[in-house]
Amino acid sequence: MKRVYVNEEWCLGCHLCEYNCAFANSGSKDMAYALKGKAIYPRIHIEGDEKISFAVSCRHCTDAICVKSCIAGAISKKDGVVEIDRNKCVGCLTCVLVCPYGALSPDGDGIMQKCELCLKNSCGEPACVKGCPNRAIVYEERGE
Amino acid sequence: MSLNEYVIIGNGTAAAGCIEGIRSVDKESPVTVISEENHPVYCRPLISYYLENKTDKDRILYRDKDFYEKNGCKVLYGEKATAIDNNAKKVTLASGKEVPFTSLCIAAGSRPFVPPFEGLDKVEKKFSFMTFDDALALEKAVDESSRVLIVGAGLIGLKCAEGLCERVKKITVCDLADRVLSSILDNDCAALMQKRLEENGIDFLLGDSVVSFEKNSAAMKSGNAVDFDILVLAVGVRANTEIAKEAGAQVNRGIIVDEKMKTSVDNIYSAGDCTESEDISSSTKKVMALMPNAYMQGFAAGVNMAGGEKVFDNAIPMNSIGFFGLHAMTAGSYDGEMFEEKDENGIKRLFVKDGLLKGFILIGKTERAGIYTSLIREKTPLSSLDFEMLKKIATSAAFSSETRGKKFGGVV
Repeated sequence: MKRVYVNEEWCLGCHLCEYNCAFANSGSKDMAYALKGKAIYPRIHIEGDEKISFAVSCRHCTDAICVKSCIAGAISKKDGVVEIDRNKCVGCLTCVLVCPYGALSPDGDGIMQKCELCLKNSCGEPACVKGCPNRAIVYEERGE
Repeated sequence: MSLNEYVIIGNGTAAAGCIEGIRSVDKESPVTVISEENHPVYCRPLISYYLENKTDKDRILYRDKDFYEKNGCKVLYGEKATAIDNNAKKVTLASGKEVPFTSLCIAAGSRPFVPPFEGLDKVEKKFSFMTFDDALALEKAVDESSRVLIVGAGLIGLKCAEGLCERVKKITVCDLADRVLSSILDNDCAALMQKRLEENGIDFLLGDSVVSFEKNSAAMKSGNAVDFDILVLAVGVRANTEIAKEAGAQVNRGIIVDEKMKTSVDNIYSAGDCTESEDISSSTKKVMALMPNAYMQGFAAGVNMAGGEKVFDNAIPMNSIGFFGLHAMTAGSYDGEMFEEKDENGIKRLFVKDGLLKGFILIGKTERAGIYTSLIREKTPLSSLDFEMLKKIATSAAFSSETRGKKFGGVV
């Protein structure tokens, strides 16, 4: 399946992916209205230091430990995509405790959210990748 | 292929894992689930969230409504397994019915441990806090004038306190230990959590125990007396091992299982809170009654019961638990040299021995904690990464570029 992959040597650490993610998942048509002056809770985030930077989002693991660990039965896998039912999540953060990639973080209300590859929002494909100026993240099939 | 007959004693998370494990190998053979509780599999740790109105009777279910049907399972609700005859290959139920099996999984969970308190029989409104029915009974029993005494400041007792907080007038929690969450937190970290609980109106009597009960009051060892309308006993739990022991399986504090979740008896597997298995962070056998472990054990048991190959060989104790917005995460064992980061937002304590991360306690600072957890689980040599960076912040930037390439550039 297609996943988001990182080319860290090309990442500028510009954080555009975070803004594009937050906008794509906001449900709004206007980026400034959706994001300006607001705390954003993107499902992808930049890590690194002065030497290296890279974007981290859900790896949609083959054998996803978050799915097995969720104490609310809120995380499941459908057609290879790891999804969260935010209506069932109680914000216990057990998924944060087990994800080896540090890919999950809660929204402003403490309820978990995660990258679902923009397959369910109006973007239809990962907005982070679409907006990356340097192909530091790509959406493609690799090694399967 | 001749059909197997799978039987699972218990209907909790380990049983759900077992069903999914069986079905990953064998789509045909019938599965029978013996369920003492009259509910489909639900999320046991969410019963406190039910009292807080953060979940409800539908959302608390662990799987979709058609879970058993879709997986070809027959559930015997309200039935208790009383004996296993491994020669005749059948389980006997309290109702007298017999259930034949070719392969069996004991996922019988645990039950509350109630010490023989003097006068406990005089208390009319007393509860445990283990099952959804316990939560429903408590919901009915309390009102805004209730004074609640909770005996036990562990995970169950404190989650119960948080769940009841908005529904009752007063909550007092007592514990023999001198700190809260004594099984998973050290003194400093426990003090932070206790402060948050006290700020939200929970009173504590720590290092103190109940000597005797009257109908509506408890006489404490310290000489204090606590008046209450509702008593919750959350002293501890015991693994349900009796049925396995009588069937000839080796039992210690829990049912002893190997990496394939097999007991010492052929054709009998076990998973979840009733088992005892290896904690790889301390190389000791212990009961690790945790929901993620229950699922993974159950899944492994199911695969092996159905003739597949699956081991679960990297269990560690781990907990993520929050109270009134302050989260505590713990994992592994607190053994070796301690490295600490501390500020107004919380505490981070990492424990290192033999060049490996063995355990951690995080209060408040929980971002990307899974990076630490996986270092314990995978026994990653700390010499292979930038540990100075990891002491401050959990980040994949601490790994080599090559390791990161595998994690974020490949299929994992």
